[in-house]
Amino acid sequence: MSATEVANKTTAVSVQNVRKFYQRDSMQIKVLDGLNLEVPQGEFLALMGPSGSGKTTLLNLIAGIDRATSGRVVVAGTELGSLSEGQLAKWRSRNVGFIFQFYNLIPVLNALENVELPLLLSPLSKRERRERAMTALRIVGLADRSKHYPGQLSGGQEQRVAIARAVVTDPTVLVADEPTGDLDHQSAEEILDLMQTFNQEFGKTIVMVTHDPRAAARAHVQRHLDKGVLTN
Amino acid sequence: MALPLSYNVRNLRARWKVTLLAIFGIALVVAAFVTILSMARGFNIALSSTGSDNNAIVTQRGSMSELTSWIDIGNANLIAVDPRVARGADGKPLASCEVVVITTRPRKGTNIPTNITFRGVTPTAFNVRNNIKVVEGRTFTPGLFEVIVGKRIADRVSGVDIGSTINIQRKNWKVVGLFAAEDSSFESEIWGDYDAMAPAIGRNGGCESLTVRLTNPTVLASFDKDIRGNPQVQVQADSEKKYYENLAGSVATALIMLASFVAIVMGIGAVFGAMNTMYAIVSQRTREIGTLRALGFSRFSILFSFVMESVLLAIIGGVLGCLIALPMNGYTAATGTNAFSELAFAFKVTPGLLIIGLSFAVLMGFVGGLLPAFRAARMPITRALREA
Repeated sequence: MSATEVANKTTAVSVQNVRKFYQRDSMQIKVLDGLNLEVPQGEFLALMGPSGSGKTTLLNLIAGIDRATSGRVVVAGTELGSLSEGQLAKWRSRNVGFIFQFYNLIPVLNALENVELPLLLSPLSKRERRERAMTALRIVGLADRSKHYPGQLSGGQEQRVAIARAVVTDPTVLVADEPTGDLDHQSAEEILDLMQTFNQEFGKTIVMVTHDPRAAARAHVQRHLDKGVLTN
Repeated sequence: MALPLSYNVRNLRARWKVTLLAIFGIALVVAAFVTILSMARGFNIALSSTGSDNNAIVTQRGSMSELTSWIDIGNANLIAVDPRVARGADGKPLASCEVVVITTRPRKGTNIPTNITFRGVTPTAFNVRNNIKVVEGRTFTPGLFEVIVGKRIADRVSGVDIGSTINIQRKNWKVVGLFAAEDSSFESEIWGDYDAMAPAIGRNGGCESLTVRLTNPTVLASFDKDIRGNPQVQVQADSEKKYYENLAGSVATALIMLASFVAIVMGIGAVFGAMNTMYAIVSQRTREIGTLRALGFSRFSILFSFVMESVLLAIIGGVLGCLIALPMNGYTAATGTNAFSELAFAFKVTPGLLIIGLSFAVLMGFVGGLLPAFRAARMPITRALREA
């Protein structure tokens, strides 16, 4: 799939003139300053930039776990600023899949239960949930590790379970914050292969924050942030 | 949908050291709480089951207890034939003329002397008070220097086993039986025959109290009024039950007040303990909470989950506490009364008290978990995800 084909599709993420300030004591810290970004459906976007440039903040706004000080964030056709806390939580469960740097699996749940976790918020029956979670684990190549707990898995395997958890609800957007940041070279490659598969074969829109140029090279588009503004 | 309970169970298991400490803390509070309440309950039972609403105790006007009372035998007989006094199958009035004296016996273990009421009764006493049952040995033979011992006293005082001899008022009394009286304070007494005892203790020709069975409890007021109005007899009548309640006086109130006070103070302490544990658990799981929120679990489901975890922990502690308290059931203790004698009573760990103990544990878990759970639920997701 070429970048041009992607651009012709509908918009998955639209960030319009977004500002984000944090208040620290009497000081106002500007993190994002009038930022605009369009991510078409099916695009694999890498956000790069130095620490403190605002890339994770932008990712959090797109994922609906933080709110903009001003401007509009429209994801999957919904303007996130108009949603209440409860509505936003429900929206996230249906539209966003999270991939974290440190995997963030629940240690007391096994691989299958971790993948099943977001499905608890869906109306599926227990059997359907188990089947879907198992399918997701099969896709990431960990069907034989379904009963293993996070502590019994390698970093790469944990991240694959986390990816299965992110895709199991069939979300519109996958957000990944340094998904290879805690992995060795080979595991990182495997994770990136997997993300590419979800993007190319399943048409998932991916927004990924990374410092790693090799990870960024897998994306269709690389955007750079510096001091709260996109530089390219 | 809320997080499954199995998630909480596994979290408790995963942090078993902290969990175990919290469970033991709650268990000890519940055990102490149930034990104190069982003491108050046992004390209440000893008081409220002593005496019957159907019985009236007649004593000399103005006296506070039998010890300071004297009724001449002629007057006692006059009162006994009052039509409001019930009659037995043999047609005789159900009236028991009794003499009492305080004796001292050494306590088991410490050998410190304690006061015991020694009561001389006629055979009618067993008809007037139908809750007296000889549980071991036999009853005393009229006319002989024989006694039966209340089972609570037998538990607490040495030298009163069946077959042994007790020296009271320079006479030797042989113990021939043990009696029970439905946990009432009569179980703290020694009973002998009136005819043998009255001359031995120099109380011939009358009684210190006359306990009568009334035809029904409603006639007590008129019975009391009439005998008080008779200048010849100079006596008063009280409900037997009320008489014994008054005898325990302020001790009962003080004991129950103390129990409540200790329970409340311990309860508050335990709530802080539970809260501390839950705060520790919450801070260990901050990132997990952030993840759950990011995945779409609502604030309420996080709050509910953490409160449930705390309550679950408290229930386990509560059950353990009840199990620790259970062996206290039947333990005998004693306190002094206004009649200068010992009132022994058994701790009563009733099913009702166990339910109260468990409810107390649930309350501790709920209150202790609520604030930390609230903190967990309120935390901004982005901040929670950043925590190590």
